[in-house]
Amino acid sequence: MAREIHGMVEKRGAGLWLTHVFMILGVLVIFFPIWLAFVASTVTQADIIRPPMPVWPGDQFWTNYKNALFSGVNVPVGTMLMNSLIMAIGIAVGKIVISLLSAFAIVYFKFPGRGVFFWLIFLTLMLPVEVRIVPTFEVVASFGMLNSYSGLIFPLIASATATFLFRQFFLTIPDELAEAARVDGARPMRFFWDIVVPMSRTNIAALFVILFIYGWNQYLWPLLITTDPEMNTIVMGIKQMFPSGDDFAHWPTIMATSILAMIPPVIVVVGMQRLFIRGLVDSEK
Amino acid sequence: MEKRVTFRGWLLPLLLIAPQVIISAVFFFYPAGQAIWQSLFIPDPFGLSMQYVGLGNFEFLLSDPFYRASFVTTAIFSILVTLCSMIPALFLAVLADRLIKGSGVYRTLLIWPYAVAPAVAGVLWLFMFNTRVGVVSWYLGQLGYDWNHVLNGGEAMGLVVVASAWGRISYNFLFFFAALQAVPKSVIEAAAIDGAHFWRRFWTIVLPLLSPTTFFLLVVNIVYAFFETFGVIHTITAGGPQQTTTILVYKVFSDGFVGQDLGSSSAQSVILLIVVGLLTVVQFKFIEKRVHY
Repeated sequence: MAREIHGMVEKRGAGLWLTHVFMILGVLVIFFPIWLAFVASTVTQADIIRPPMPVWPGDQFWTNYKNALFSGVNVPVGTMLMNSLIMAIGIAVGKIVISLLSAFAIVYFKFPGRGVFFWLIFLTLMLPVEVRIVPTFEVVASFGMLNSYSGLIFPLIASATATFLFRQFFLTIPDELAEAARVDGARPMRFFWDIVVPMSRTNIAALFVILFIYGWNQYLWPLLITTDPEMNTIVMGIKQMFPSGDDFAHWPTIMATSILAMIPPVIVVVGMQRLFIRGLVDSEK
Repeated sequence: MEKRVTFRGWLLPLLLIAPQVIISAVFFFYPAGQAIWQSLFIPDPFGLSMQYVGLGNFEFLLSDPFYRASFVTTAIFSILVTLCSMIPALFLAVLADRLIKGSGVYRTLLIWPYAVAPAVAGVLWLFMFNTRVGVVSWYLGQLGYDWNHVLNGGEAMGLVVVASAWGRISYNFLFFFAALQAVPKSVIEAAAIDGAHFWRRFWTIVLPLLSPTTFFLLVVNIVYAFFETFGVIHTITAGGPQQTTTILVYKVFSDGFVGQDLGSSSAQSVILLIVVGLLTVVQFKFIEKRVHY
């Protein structure tokens, strides 16, 4: 009986096949732009500017990727990849460190002004960098931080999402642990390092995945503050590879760069799928 | 909620909180304050001094047909992005939920586009629809349709909507799939025994149970369309043709950085700030409700 009901709900036979067919069609449609970019990165410019371009990869893979990585258009893509990596890791690590510290202070201490600080931090949740770009640009420029990693990183860690996540998590750590630490005469920072940080491992890892993608995929901010091509990040640098006039863009190089730009975040998302989904659900709660 | 057990001292917590407070003050509160302050002034033609105009910038903006058009553009754009990313995602999630085996493989494949930056997604879609080399535009040409998003505003809008919605399908899929998996199987099976076929079960049982997720995704996707699609628009259309794809965030950028109109750009930032505030309130109200759900 149970099996029959099951059969009514979860399709078998023809229905099951149909579900798979639709699912595969969906995946193909969603993958099509990526596939096409990959094909374009393995053929010659001549193959592309006489449409329609081929739909199967050509034999120029090494030529195009070597050309992109070591020469690029304005600057070697290898340099841009390095800049992106530093920016993404800087944002992820920076935000996690300052958030762990401030969440620990807010949860485990009663100090004057705690409520005020809490609300000040809360306010920063509300305003994405896109909204305050002009004055933020002026601040960064006045500090001489244009074309620098600190200029790329600091304005993007000034938001409190991570602080909130850690606060929520710290509140679930049993009080007995802090009590025991206090009885043993452990200093607060010892408690922080030996108990709080190890217990937050999974949350830290999940948040790292989300913040890495967030940092890697930034576009507007690097576009504004990196006027020197040597400091371009890969995501904003692709647009700079298009010629300004009526010339043909060099599509194989541009598409090889696009593929290179998506490899690190795809590895992070697919490779750490569990953590990624957890981080996604946590940070939107 | 508070901890019963806390540590003593006030210097240490202030030191711990200092990095975040300093960074927020310098890179968040000061610039945000500047935006509000500058929105009350206009620079003189030589850029030497600022003249106080009160709410003049706002009055000017709200009577400016281009700004009002940008509001309408943003509304259309965000509704379309939300629909084009949520409907396919729900469809795929329903399919994946019906599979006993293999849904993990599909999920792994479907989350790829989420990792692709909006600006890179813009380049990929631009490549397919490029007027000279694009594969899709070429085949459309063979069918007798002359695709040209550089000149045609409607086509430009369609292209930026699809490119923006593409990566979001992954995101929405994950949330819908998780929500579908949480629907109690016993309820579905009871309905099946009563003879309700698949579509009837979907409309009368599953969809109502998904409504908290759906509402959450509506808000989150609108916020995304408002603030995170700059890269798509900048790479594909740069706001054109004739400003048909100039959404509000793009206009803050083009008036502030390209047009150097600081007063107007700041006033626009303040208006956006109010919009974000309202959306955040809606989101929090909803989350409160969901807790009791």
